[in-house]
Amino acid sequence: MRIGLRHIRLPLHDFILEVDVEITAGRAGIFGPSGAGKTTLLDLVAGLRRAPSASIRLGDRMLTDTARRLTVPARARRIGYVPQDLALFPHLSVRGNLLYGARGGGEAGGRFAFDHVVGLLDLGPLVERGIAGLSGGEKQRVALARALLSAPELLLLDEPLSGLDRPRRDRVLAYLRQVHEELQVPLLYVSHHASEMIALCEEVVVLDRGRVVAQGAPGALLGSAPETARFSPPGTLPLVG
Amino acid sequence: MSAEEWQVVAFTLRVSAFAILLILPPGLAAAWLLARRRWAGKSLVETLITLPLVMPPVATGLLLLKLLGRRGPLGGLLHDRFDLDVIFTWRAVVAAMAVMSFPLLVRGARVAFEGVDPRLEQIARTLGAGETRVLLTITLPLARNGILGGVLLAFARALGEFGATILVAGNIPGRTSTLSLSIYQLVQLGKDDDAFRLLAVAVVIAFAAVWVSERFLARRDAP
Repeated sequence: MRIGLRHIRLPLHDFILEVDVEITAGRAGIFGPSGAGKTTLLDLVAGLRRAPSASIRLGDRMLTDTARRLTVPARARRIGYVPQDLALFPHLSVRGNLLYGARGGGEAGGRFAFDHVVGLLDLGPLVERGIAGLSGGEKQRVALARALLSAPELLLLDEPLSGLDRPRRDRVLAYLRQVHEELQVPLLYVSHHASEMIALCEEVVVLDRGRVVAQGAPGALLGSAPETARFSPPGTLPLVG
Repeated sequence: MSAEEWQVVAFTLRVSAFAILLILPPGLAAAWLLARRRWAGKSLVETLITLPLVMPPVATGLLLLKLLGRRGPLGGLLHDRFDLDVIFTWRAVVAAMAVMSFPLLVRGARVAFEGVDPRLEQIARTLGAGETRVLLTITLPLARNGILGGVLLAFARALGEFGATILVAGNIPGRTSTLSLSIYQLVQLGKDDDAFRLLAVAVVIAFAAVWVSERFLARRDAP
């Protein structure tokens, strides 16, 4: 599915987020150092934040068009969002979290049915438990399943592997690939780790200080980059050196 | 304790509870608006809400007297339209308690709302929830302990209300006598033993309300 992020301009604390790209890959990434504006960009796509100028399109659906004063509210965007802090509802059980936005398969013909998603992410034994006792990896999977059960047309993942050790990272990456293949949900994946981009994404947009500095296949763009993106001196690519 | 003294205790508990129930909806709405929205005049409203907390209670009582008297704007309306008198009735006791407790309720609830991570509400919206559902299923349950703490503090404040009440409700035995007013009257009459009996009851009720309130406030961050 094509994601259009056009004419986006939003002044932030110490730079202006300016993005004008089209993303075509089903597994796309936004790569850049911390504070480059990646989360803000996801928030704009999810409808959680507004910009003075933005035109955001998901396939044929226009979600935001400031020129026409069009803003589809977050609740109607059909975009699943797994934020960096996961934002699991602490007063609800795992089941309560999973069912919060569940659309029960709906038009997708059971692709997003509860049992299917729970099975796919191996959450069966956790369903009746509370959130507090879950491990980091379990929480990641619950947050992912909760977003999937809302039958999204796009899944936003903000640094979903932060805080996990290497084996768990690999496991969650495998889950993400499986989710994409089985549920056919396009992913927009944010990270500042080059290896995650290369392992998961088919296309990557490199963001630095709010500007797109490169776009293309992650292997070609990030293959020789340091593992963790960092701020670049003005006028240079963030990955060099 | 005599039947009259028990009657005073029961009346005080009843009107205090009624006053808190009365201010609960507007108090929660005001607290939510102050915690979650930016709007013109917010500082002014914030100050107005806090005023009864810092003004002399008698001064607040005087304002209420002017407002709720038969010739006052609200009291006149209630009398002419609904044949309701407020001043020197139990309604005046409720009005005084409500106004004096309102700031404490709003402050408690506001802190509770501010303690709820806005990210949880945002993610609930991405899951298809509208504003009412977010409020009922995320914000209110997570703010519950803080709100209950605020409610009980406001209730304790209402129980002890004196200055504004004596001005708008007087101290009519069997009609508007509350614990505070009765203790004052008994001391004036030199009946210190009777006054201390009511004082002991007041201390027990206030202690229980504040203790439970503190328990709720301590659990605020651990729903």
